[in-house]
Amino acid sequence: MTKELVIEPKKTAAGFLGELWAYRELFFFLAWRDILVRYKQTAIGITWSVLRPLLTMIVLTIVFGKIAKLPSGGAPYPVLVFAAMLPWQFFSNTLSESSNSLISNAQMVSKVYFPRLIIPTTSMVVSLVDFVIAFGILIALMLWYGFYPDSRILVLPALLLLAMITSLGIGYLVSALNVKYRDFRYVIPFVVQLGLYISPVGFSSDLVPERWRLLYSINPMVGVIDGFRWAILGGETHIYWPGFLLSVGLGLLLFIAGVRFFLRTERSFADVI
Amino acid sequence: MTTAISIENLSKRYIIGHQRMEGYATLRDVLMHKLRGLAQRIRHPLSVNAENTQLEEFWALKDINLEIAEGECVGIIGRNGAGKSTLLKILSRITEPTAGRIKMRGRVASLLEVGTGFHPELSGRENIYLNGAVLGMTRSEIKRKFDEIIAFAEVEKFLDTPVKRYSSGMYVRLAFAVAAHLEPEILVVDEVLAVGDAEFQKKCLGKMGDAIRGGRTVLFVSHNMGAMQSLAGRAVLLRDGQVSFIGSVAEAVDRYLQREGLRDSTEVRNLTSQVDGFSIESVRFEGARQEKGFNKPLYMVLDLQLERTVQKMSFGLGFVNSIGSRVLTAERTVPLIEKGRQSIEFVLFDHHLPPGDYSITLGIGVGGTQALYQDHVIAFHLPYEGVDSDYLARKTDRIGVYHELGYRIVI
Repeated sequence: MTKELVIEPKKTAAGFLGELWAYRELFFFLAWRDILVRYKQTAIGITWSVLRPLLTMIVLTIVFGKIAKLPSGGAPYPVLVFAAMLPWQFFSNTLSESSNSLISNAQMVSKVYFPRLIIPTTSMVVSLVDFVIAFGILIALMLWYGFYPDSRILVLPALLLLAMITSLGIGYLVSALNVKYRDFRYVIPFVVQLGLYISPVGFSSDLVPERWRLLYSINPMVGVIDGFRWAILGGETHIYWPGFLLSVGLGLLLFIAGVRFFLRTERSFADVI
Repeated sequence: MTTAISIENLSKRYIIGHQRMEGYATLRDVLMHKLRGLAQRIRHPLSVNAENTQLEEFWALKDINLEIAEGECVGIIGRNGAGKSTLLKILSRITEPTAGRIKMRGRVASLLEVGTGFHPELSGRENIYLNGAVLGMTRSEIKRKFDEIIAFAEVEKFLDTPVKRYSSGMYVRLAFAVAAHLEPEILVVDEVLAVGDAEFQKKCLGKMGDAIRGGRTVLFVSHNMGAMQSLAGRAVLLRDGQVSFIGSVAEAVDRYLQREGLRDSTEVRNLTSQVDGFSIESVRFEGARQEKGFNKPLYMVLDLQLERTVQKMSFGLGFVNSIGSRVLTAERTVPLIEKGRQSIEFVLFDHHLPPGDYSITLGIGVGGTQALYQDHVIAFHLPYEGVDSDYLARKTDRIGVYHELGYRIVI
């Protein structure tokens, strides 16, 4: 029953997953805490999770759809925008929350032992809750417009997984960097803002000219958002496969790089934080 | 006896200097630093790069070797900065060692700070679950002990109010209540006893005592020497990152308080007398004069200047321990002392004073009239060195004079 624990300077990679599993309850508790804290003591609380995507969608529809009169490829413009906003909000929320997550939990990081990877991951869970709420709005929106998706929508869970992996990858990277270089905290909102314009949220990817398509797909969110659009809007939308695969590939790469970087720098967190 | 914790050649190095100057680095600072270094190297290609040589090594711990058996309670003491918290942090896996290794058998729970993971917006109930999880308890475990925890913390009424509304006392009680109900095999505690009022401290000590009696291995850091002596069987004194002493708690505390060996003498000069005709030039306390051990004779020399021959001069010594209690009085009336400069040596045999800190109250009377009565004339220390008794090794001057009971078994 009593296990032996050896602490040495070099960390063994084996048993890492086992350790994560052993700490799963803590993970749930922290995620539960973050969600609770989000909605406690705020009158707006949950309504904000509804208002934010709704309002953004309205603004984007007016700007890109009505004023710029960009084509939507058959579907109602609001639905087009919302289908992209779903993954985008998920991604940007996760990124913003996770980038600062280690710092805001500095007290725990410096006093208790647990696999630090849990912390940025829990910030993703909160965004997941927002995602579910937003998804509800999407359904309401589609009913309103009488727009029904086809069987492609079944691919959505896989795409959600892809979105999770991509955002986590970057989240790990940034949160680890933020511990040592505190000014990353200011870089993130800027990146997110920029990202909103270079990702196909307000407009459809079809608008991007052929020769730039591949370069444009270096943004891993392009693949995710296009995928979401493809799954939700069905019918006439088609995916530019080379771009999609490039985005997906980069997302996965970022994830692996993010995890590895995080684990490597994890040891010094408590010393630097 | 199985070893619960085995520490071999443990060392921890921090690099301080440029990188840590502002407490944390910003990307901008790092870039500037690198550019400056580069500029320096271009301008003076052969000289040592000044930007980079400001790195300094600081060894928080160096070659710590320690073995703790299962069920033992060991205290760690030392000055601030000696490396105590660093050692506990490494044992708690918060930070990694630079060299050496540690082997621990059993589940480890660390209490390095009270209220870790507490969130002010959440209620007491929610925080109990959260804190418990953070400390390593499973959900079912917390549920099981929930009532006990609340009873210990005495916060039934406020269970559903956000913790930010708690008074600091309630906060600390709740936090400790959760931690107190951990059931690990090894418990590592860092100075949490410093928090809270006397009532609370008593409770904490009680809980820690329970843990020890329950067979758990406890390792703790405290500045509360009284607690250390009542709980710990052994103590480790750390100084500047190295083990300075491992042994009995009393002796470790002794060395910590910087009394090494016997105080050779303590001297006071020119005390004023309330009676005319004599003055006290000096009082010299010579202690046990190199003899080590319990109950060795204590010597004191008084230098007097008498204007006339005095009859029936009485000298009284009151011995007061570290908490201000008079534990022993010794007196003698000297029938005759000639005039002039006189030196009187007093000796106290069989005093039975346990090791510790004492101060002497001196009283001198001439023919029934008090000539001098002064507290704290001399302060001295009776060391633990050479004291063979196991009992005395765990006690201090607070027990008063120490005698061995005689007994016989009555049939």
